[in-house]
Amino acid sequence: MADTPILLHERQYHQLKAVLARLRMDASARVVFLVDKDGQEIAVQGEIGNLDTTSLASLAAGNVAATGGMAQLIGEKEFPTLSHEGAHESIHISVVGRMLLIVVFDERSSLGLVKLRSKQVSQQLSAMMDEIVNAPNDISDSPFAEITDEDIDSLFQ
Amino acid sequence: MTFINYASREINCKIVYYGPGLCGKTTNLQHIFEATAPQARGKLISLATETDRTLFFDFMPLELGTVRGFKTRFHLYTVPGQVFYDASRKLILKGVDGVVFVADSQEERMDANIESLHNLEENLKAQGYDLMKLPYVLQLNKRDLPNIIPAIDIAAELRRKEEPVVEAVASTGAGVFDTLKAVAKQVLTELRKG
Repeated sequence: MADTPILLHERQYHQLKAVLARLRMDASARVVFLVDKDGQEIAVQGEIGNLDTTSLASLAAGNVAATGGMAQLIGEKEFPTLSHEGAHESIHISVVGRMLLIVVFDERSSLGLVKLRSKQVSQQLSAMMDEIVNAPNDISDSPFAEITDEDIDSLFQ
Repeated sequence: MTFINYASREINCKIVYYGPGLCGKTTNLQHIFEATAPQARGKLISLATETDRTLFFDFMPLELGTVRGFKTRFHLYTVPGQVFYDASRKLILKGVDGVVFVADSQEERMDANIESLHNLEENLKAQGYDLMKLPYVLQLNKRDLPNIIPAIDIAAELRRKEEPVVEAVASTGAGVFDTLKAVAKQVLTELRKG
């Protein structure tokens, strides 16, 4: 059977975004993402512009999954951080429990600063996500509670 | 794993297309990409070799519409089909909400279909999933080729439960959307059951 859905309520979403906004400011970053390890984008904050955040989330998760596989082959549980340095833009990824904290930064920041600030918020983010994931799913609150066959069929017309 | 964001009013689900090498998984996604209005889909990301064989995965987000005020988005993935990419296939199945098995209808590929299906069951089990309980559709692709096995015979061999069986020619698009609709409906129905 598929896993129980993750429900992210408005209050929690805005709390996450507030943490990401603070991180972006402290790290002088361009964009900060929170992504589920399965590739689902949870929250994003920053100068998104034309950035395809959905694709970036999926690729980052794939990246971490692939390098995680490599880590296990050499006897490590996983690589907790990954960094990719470009000519102008760089990406730093931290594994925070079941999430990935992704920071896109340019010459306004540095890898050292991004690493430091990412580490500083990791525990807070981890606790917030634990609360979200472990919250009891109130079925009456779900958008699916009253969904009908006609509702589902209408998607495919 | 389905993700419901009440703030942005979005439901996100993951569907994985599985099957042996060159069965038509990527072709399915390519057709969906080309036939869908740009505002209803994202980019098609294909991590492939120089000879266009899927190396890691293909990915495409698709917006099906709104239900009860929530946008329903499906993240479509394909796995690499070649046998030696098993480590990658395991990773891509993580968080799956529904599976499409694309079978190659050609006679000479029947063994590959069986091996791939067995591989799917094993890899799902390794991730804690049970194919018997997961939304699942069996697509019989390449129905236009001359050397194919009758659909009833392939289904008899490959069907695992009472899953929908859809005949397809992914290269022309025939059956592609029927397959997608069948699996998406199952995923949403399953979510309704809670």
